Amino acid sequence: MSRLRASLTPYLLLFPGTLWLAIFFVIPTVVMLSLSLQSGDVVNGYAFTFNWHSYVDGIGTYHDQIIRSLVYGVISTVIQIVIGFPVAYWIAFKGGTRKSVYLFLLLLPFLVSFVLRTISWQFFLSDNGMLLGPLKSLGLVPEDFHILATSAAVIGGLAYNFLPFMILPMYVALERIDPRVLEAAQDLYASKVQTFLRVVLPLSLPGVFAGVLMTFVPATSDYVNASVLGGTSNTMIGNVIQNQFLVNQDYPTASALSFTLMALLLVGIFAYAKALGTEDVLEVAAR
Amino acid sequence: MKGGLLRGRGLQIYTWLVIAWLVLPIAVMILFGFNDTKGRYNTAWQGFTFKWYGKLFEIGDLTQALVNSLLIAVLTMLIAGVLGSLIGLALGRYRFRGSGAMNLVMFAAISCAEIVMGASLLSLFVTLAVPLGFWTILISHVMFSISFVAVTVRARVMTLDSSLEEAARDLGAGPWTTFRLVTLPMIFPGVLAGSMLAFALSIDDFVITNFNSGGTMTFPLWIWGATRVGLPPQVNVMGTLIFAAGVLIAVVNALLARRRANA
Repeated sequence: MSRLRASLTPYLLLFPGTLWLAIFFVIPTVVMLSLSLQSGDVVNGYAFTFNWHSYVDGIGTYHDQIIRSLVYGVISTVIQIVIGFPVAYWIAFKGGTRKSVYLFLLLLPFLVSFVLRTISWQFFLSDNGMLLGPLKSLGLVPEDFHILATSAAVIGGLAYNFLPFMILPMYVALERIDPRVLEAAQDLYASKVQTFLRVVLPLSLPGVFAGVLMTFVPATSDYVNASVLGGTSNTMIGNVIQNQFLVNQDYPTASALSFTLMALLLVGIFAYAKALGTEDVLEVAAR
Repeated sequence: MKGGLLRGRGLQIYTWLVIAWLVLPIAVMILFGFNDTKGRYNTAWQGFTFKWYGKLFEIGDLTQALVNSLLIAVLTMLIAGVLGSLIGLALGRYRFRGSGAMNLVMFAAISCAEIVMGASLLSLFVTLAVPLGFWTILISHVMFSISFVAVTVRARVMTLDSSLEEAARDLGAGPWTTFRLVTLPMIFPGVLAGSMLAFALSIDDFVITNFNSGGTMTFPLWIWGATRVGLPPQVNVMGTLIFAAGVLIAVVNALLARRRANA
């Protein structure tokens, strides 16, 4: 009796939370898949008809936004790796006793609402704002120069908003590196550059991998940065999905586009994991 | 530069520049909460004032939005804190059939694009004709917070020594007594960290809330709606106060942890 109860314990613990996730996370995904294959409109109601047209039409109409989202997602992720790696490296190896202080400073942005931070950038970068106003009055940049409503502003905003998610996992991976491994490399007459390229870099790859997972998905599917910083000519797929769902209430098209986005992100992540499998990376590191 | 760029002072200066970049919009937000603006637009610096701190709650629906946000965040913290901790305890402590599938669902929920989560939950509510509002927001926040709490608690549980619980049982404690007097105190730091994470995720969430809010406003939604007409300084002040409270909690937490470590 008590053995039976013991074997049931994990299931009892899981039950309430799993029920919540099943009803409000798993089932909605299925509902959305079904909705994306329905036809009809918001007035007359929808019927399930295996209507693939929502996909064909949706992708046909909005392929620009889909491609732009993927491009912005990839570029902003690469920028985050390039900007973030030296920071993670320096804190991990040279942060000394103040490591946690630096990490805390990197996490400060999360204490301010994501939307408010992005609007604060809009305010700072506006055409006659705190940055461009003085530059223009000094004549350093032409009067019609602007940063907002450019793709650079959107990509910059994306890189800004998700950078801490990239630095933290890279830092964790670098911090774990045993200093004795670096000493061993030097004892074996590896130069500093060789030690970095052949020891530090491979050992940090799992962190880079985790960082990309945490930043590429939110960056690609974001619509806040494109709306606030990008003007009308830099809309991403998130803007379209948001608009179709909440303004036009064209649920089949909106669901089809959401599913397309989800599929693209999944394919991207799996291809990426395959190309740079974390286990392979660990194997290489262990060798 | 002797010793290479990576060892020199250059990298330290670079790190501080990146930190400055991260903090810059926060500084702008705080600064313009002190701006003595005369017109509707809080865009140009017109002198220093504390008056917006006195007039903090003068915009009724903004105050209501902030109250909604805080209330939803507290309820999310409690509900997701309990449900997520139970999952984390099960995954960290027991080996059972189905744990792999559960881990997969956790991973999917954490890595899923927010917009896809928000859109699919809206699909469910639309299909079932559920009226959108306070409760649908709360449901969505608990939904996306559970996995984060579970992962945090699981990490804590895995580092613990289960022999203490065996000892409690050997000494005649029943399962409930063992849980209350031994397991819970041991995993409590993880539960607390996970619940605070749920609070932070909830109060900041925009995307999923935007899909499932109906006409109900939260703090981020109100800001979003007001961007086109310009933000009143009260938003800056509220943002500043939330930021200050977060810093205070983090610093107190760090000091307490240091004291415990030294004791």
